[in-house]
Amino acid sequence: MLANVGFFTIVVTFLVALYGAGAAAYGTLRRRPALVDSARHAMLLTWPLLSVASGCLIGLLVSGAYDIAYVASTTSSAMPLYLKITSWWGGQAGSLLFWSWLMAAFATAASARNWERDREFLPWVIVVTMITLAFFLSLVVFFENPFARLWMTVDGQQLKALFQPAGAVPLFPADGNGLNPLLRHPGMVIHPPMLYLGFVSFVIPFAFAMAALITRRTDDRWIRITRRWTLVAWLFLSLGLILGGRWAYDVLGWGGYWGWDPVEIAAFMPWLTGTAFLHSVVVQEKRGILKHWNMVLIILTYSLVIFGTFLTRSGVLSSVHSFAQSAIGPMFFAFIGLTFVISLSVLISRWSDLKGDNQLDSMFSREALFTLNNLLFMGILVVCFWGVIFPLISEIFTGQKVTVGPVFYERATGPLWAGLLLLMGVAPLSVYGRTSWNNLGRAAWKPMAISLVVPLAVVLLGVQNVAAVLGYWLVGLVVAVVAYEFWRGVLARRKLHGEHLLVALGRLAGRNRRRYGGYIIHLGVVVMALGIIGIEIYQTETQGTLARGEQLTLGRYVMTYDALSVFDTADGKSVARAVVTVYKDGRNVGELYPRRDYFYASQQPMTIPGVRSTLEDDFYVILVDWQPIGTQGATFKVYHNPLVNFVWGGGLIFILGTLVAAWPERDPESARRRVPARAGAARA
Amino acid sequence: MRKVGLLLLGLGFAAAALVAIAGRAAAQGPSPSDDEVNAVAKQLYCPVCENIPLDVCPTQACAQWRDTIRLKLSEGWSEKQIKDYFVEQYGARVLATPPAEGLNWLVYVLPPAAFLVGAFLLFRALRSWRHAAAAAPAAPAAQVANDDPYVRRLEDELKRGA
Repeated sequence: MLANVGFFTIVVTFLVALYGAGAAAYGTLRRRPALVDSARHAMLLTWPLLSVASGCLIGLLVSGAYDIAYVASTTSSAMPLYLKITSWWGGQAGSLLFWSWLMAAFATAASARNWERDREFLPWVIVVTMITLAFFLSLVVFFENPFARLWMTVDGQQLKALFQPAGAVPLFPADGNGLNPLLRHPGMVIHPPMLYLGFVSFVIPFAFAMAALITRRTDDRWIRITRRWTLVAWLFLSLGLILGGRWAYDVLGWGGYWGWDPVEIAAFMPWLTGTAFLHSVVVQEKRGILKHWNMVLIILTYSLVIFGTFLTRSGVLSSVHSFAQSAIGPMFFAFIGLTFVISLSVLISRWSDLKGDNQLDSMFSREALFTLNNLLFMGILVVCFWGVIFPLISEIFTGQKVTVGPVFYERATGPLWAGLLLLMGVAPLSVYGRTSWNNLGRAAWKPMAISLVVPLAVVLLGVQNVAAVLGYWLVGLVVAVVAYEFWRGVLARRKLHGEHLLVALGRLAGRNRRRYGGYIIHLGVVVMALGIIGIEIYQTETQGTLARGEQLTLGRYVMTYDALSVFDTADGKSVARAVVTVYKDGRNVGELYPRRDYFYASQQPMTIPGVRSTLEDDFYVILVDWQPIGTQGATFKVYHNPLVNFVWGGGLIFILGTLVAAWPERDPESARRRVPARAGAARA
Repeated sequence: MRKVGLLLLGLGFAAAALVAIAGRAAAQGPSPSDDEVNAVAKQLYCPVCENIPLDVCPTQACAQWRDTIRLKLSEGWSEKQIKDYFVEQYGARVLATPPAEGLNWLVYVLPPAAFLVGAFLLFRALRSWRHAAAAAPAAPAAQVANDDPYVRRLEDELKRGA
């Protein structure tokens, strides 16, 4: 019953979304406000409808209705309640429903509040969001139905269908297979929703951009309306990426957090264009230039969001993330192609409307440096995109599949990242408009000089690796520049208002959230960079097979193997758990328990490392293998990961900065005042 | 005399056989350490567990590959010989990056080429904008430099203080 209601609701929502898109477009073009209003009501209906459908699915998941194929494949009775609920997005069909539910929610949120203010844009926003929603729902309706039941035909074949196929009998499995064990991790509970939130919220700025193009309101109004949406989308995407890294570090057991896996890159690519977009829209707001480019960036971001979902969901690239494989690939491919071509055509048809209001006055102005930043981000994007699709191209043209591994990405993007760090150090000191090399030099020499202390210090401390010294210098430069900027601001506030330093600091960031939030984000990035340099350049590892009581040495660490136990657990897995004692410089620093879980149902092993974590480094132990009880020997792989916790710490600072930048202005008056008058003047 | 000759011949064979056995034993040497095996395995990917380097892959199949590497190392094979062996058996996909030959050249050539083209286009665009700006009457630069009133006030205050 629940299943039928759920599926029926999805079909209705699909039709409602199609109607909404059609009515909004037709109503606007033919100037029929009643039809546009009707489209709006249709759009407002999608989220409640999909909430009902999702409620049905969650009900089935929680109650253990294993006659439903999706429930049987993603849950089992031994799973805790929260995992049963999160199985909503734990498999293919459910995650597509989850995507659609978020899309409906965001479409509602984007247009519910400011219908009167943005009346000319919103019909087209409805068109874009409802077409996107209808596409995802069509996948659920025609290909991946989460409500399909399990049936057995007379010749013993198992089928998935909502209604009884002729001659088939219903199947009622006693228990389900359970969620993919790798996904049974608290990080995995929030990682996919974060990525999806990021993905879906980027649809909103894209929808407004299309609306601006179609209605020829090509000033920066659409950018101002969607500024917060973009920041929030970016925040979620960043959070998703960081959490994904943490999850990989905790449960994948290969000593790292980022493996340049195609599906990691799939989520990373919209982040790259989104980051470039966040920077270049500032230039359009301040100077009224780069209008074409911003459109290109948001179109690219939207296409990459769909492409990212396609890579993760279609099984086109099998990788650690591609748990689901299905027949929806060609549909996705067609949709990405169509939306990309149509968006570009709309852009080209409005090309002359997007002429810049200003010219570039100097090669050393902030806007020029921002375009360089965009160039570097695009460079990284090209490397990522090419690395992901080249194996497919090779397979198509030569029949030979190749691997494009981390080495390729690291070598190709390394210099580009260094360039971005350098810009992060220089650009905040530059000014908009007419300026010169001398001006930039005058502003930059102090922090530049201070930052040189860092490479000197690390060289004196014995660091010889050139890349590391350069990396540390760039980190030092950015920290010096951010500190310098805050210091100047705080001093000025103290003089102006006689405030205490801390009060001045708080108010300074509060008054210009985007600017100072941005600086905090930069700080987060370089703290992460410290960690990345640490683990990339200085990670060491060793492996050895030990008998009980024997030792393994790695640098200043010694590990002794104390015990191993192998036992079955109630939730259907066999656990091999070792006990090791870790000594640093001869001092006992505690026990670790590296584990290997084997899930009987899915026949899948899972390696859970034992980690001793400090600010300075991580000592990371993996249980690789063990002999039968008699011999008591076990093989361990041990990593020393210097500074890796700076990656997580930097991630927190990064998120904090994004929150500061995206936090709503307290005083709406001041926000309105800040809208440049030029935007209006340009139209007049 | 003939007996002595036969004895000598027999001894000769025995000695040769001993030398041969000793030689093989020397070639096998001590069993290679896990780290030596991993140093090679790190650079290889098995076709099933895509994107997981062989040195950390937990599956049974990958453990067997590592045993193969250990065996080859103990037989005195070099790192390159072992990699070539796996390429011959399973194709170029076992390597961490595509070998630079044929179509694969594109992997290495396209990204830098695209970047250079991008840089060239950007440089040209910046230059043409600047020329246009030079020809046009001067924009109110000072106002543009900081159009956020709060920041402008900060900057002014700093200048006065300096």
